Amino acid sequence: MSVDAATVRRIAQLARIAVTEAEVPHLQGELNAMLAFVEQLSEVNVDGVEPMTSVTPMEMKKRTDVVNDGEIPDDIVRNAPETQNHFFLVPKVVE
Amino acid sequence: MTDLTSMTIAEAKAGLAKKSFTSLELTDAHLAAIEAARVLNAFILETPDQARDMARAVDAKIAKGEGGPLAGIPLGIKDLFATKDVRTTACSKILGNFVPPYESTVTSQLWRDGAVMLGKLNNDEFAMGSSNETSCFGPVVNPWRREGSNTTLVPGGSSGGSASAVAALLCMGATATDTGGSIRQPAAFTATVGVKPTYGRCSRWGIVAFASSLDQAGPIARTTRDAAILMRSMAGHDPKDTTSVDRAVPDYEAAIGKSVKGMKIGIPKEYRLDGMPAEIEKLWSEGAAWLKAAGAELVDVSLPHTKYALPAYYIVAPAEASSNLARYDGVRYGLRVPGRSIGELYENTRAEGFGDEVRRRVMIGTYVLSAGYYDAYYLRAQKVRTLIKKDFEDCFAKGISAILTPATPSAAFGVGEKGGADPVEMYLNDIFTVTVNMAGLPGIAVPAGTDAQGLPLGLQLIGRPFDEETLFSLGEVVEQAAGRFTPQRWW
Repeated sequence: MSVDAATVRRIAQLARIAVTEAEVPHLQGELNAMLAFVEQLSEVNVDGVEPMTSVTPMEMKKRTDVVNDGEIPDDIVRNAPETQNHFFLVPKVVE
Repeated sequence: MTDLTSMTIAEAKAGLAKKSFTSLELTDAHLAAIEAARVLNAFILETPDQARDMARAVDAKIAKGEGGPLAGIPLGIKDLFATKDVRTTACSKILGNFVPPYESTVTSQLWRDGAVMLGKLNNDEFAMGSSNETSCFGPVVNPWRREGSNTTLVPGGSSGGSASAVAALLCMGATATDTGGSIRQPAAFTATVGVKPTYGRCSRWGIVAFASSLDQAGPIARTTRDAAILMRSMAGHDPKDTTSVDRAVPDYEAAIGKSVKGMKIGIPKEYRLDGMPAEIEKLWSEGAAWLKAAGAELVDVSLPHTKYALPAYYIVAPAEASSNLARYDGVRYGLRVPGRSIGELYENTRAEGFGDEVRRRVMIGTYVLSAGYYDAYYLRAQKVRTLIKKDFEDCFAKGISAILTPATPSAAFGVGEKGGADPVEMYLNDIFTVTVNMAGLPGIAVPAGTDAQGLPLGLQLIGRPFDEETLFSLGEVVEQAAGRFTPQRWW
């Protein structure tokens, strides 16, 4: 399988990465090189094989459903580009 | 002060215990070495004040007889590990001047045991790379050069800063991470020892995530014994990482020097590649002969799905990365590039903040997870991963203690030499190491010789799950037989 220019633009949009028209052909070439490389997996017989979900056999650990951390809003917003009263600021979403 | 930087961790521990020198003297010697080696670009942040404070505090503890297992030992920390109040960027522009309000579990354990932090080490952006050329701080320089040449060589990646700093005597050991070979390949390129522990052995908490089902932290050091000493402090259960294993941490150093007599060592035929340099082939046979001479038994084994590990990796790792890196959106931390809408803010921030390699992987990961392609790519790759793991299980079920392979298909190459036209050319560097991550197994790279141009080459040993001790015993045999390799100082 290979991707065309429209698919490259669609992937960029899904990945939320702005891509200029000039960059599309180059990206298309790179993505197709990667897809050509992984194409060899289609020759493996995977009938009846379980997909891996955990590389080490272990039971999912659970903890009690209680608050065990918090009350650190200063720490939480300390690295944010724009904040106000412990809120993250973003461009207006709802008119 | 040269003597203080050329010691091993084991020797420095003995010297500190005998009060031959203080941790402050040891730390100062390393800070001076770092300053004199800035041309290597191994450290991207030097923390001399903090280092001296930590050294003074630990000297006071040592005086009272309270020093821990790493008391006074100066280390470098890969910039993927969150360090409290010290800038942590994963060498990406998108993290900008991120200063974590918390400490990663692995580094907190090193400080608990008395180690001293010298600074943060360069790596490929988000650990995506095999040459340390994708870092937003620029490439790291390998202290090794080809005989009679001034060509700048890469130290490998992604833990290139860690490997270069340890090889150039800038720190006594370093933390590193390995998702597809990022500890073992740079170790092989710099004649250092690198250990990728079993998945779950070290906590991933506080380490910038790349591909969560593959990422593991481990040490890079100058000897197998030093790597074992560091491993004991880095490993251990952490309730904050649900994939961390609740299992006692053995005294890995006790495995150094243990007999390997009677151990069955697998030699996998699938690792003998067409067109493999004769030097690598020779190194591999020599390694096998050394283990045999130490009493181990060599057994030909087969790992039939080996060739599919790298393509499967280039589906699984980017898929997980595309999900993990979704958090970098310009809202909560790091870089923000304004836009007219929030969507545009995300897109502009991520376009400006991610380098080419990261963008490529996030996009391919997004594609293989997208509707209509998930089954053909991601699900199939996870099934192939099951088969790769089964290859190893079948092998170990036949009584094989460990598997011996070359660590890399070549020695270090020049900056800008690989991956320019086709990204896959660079990916092939990890062909011998990536299987280990796909199967969650432990692996160690040990220096074993040099090529015709005098560049270091390494051997890899792959072990059973949670049997790092056997790898340390076998690694020590290789180290004793091969000797140690030190670069000529030119910087």
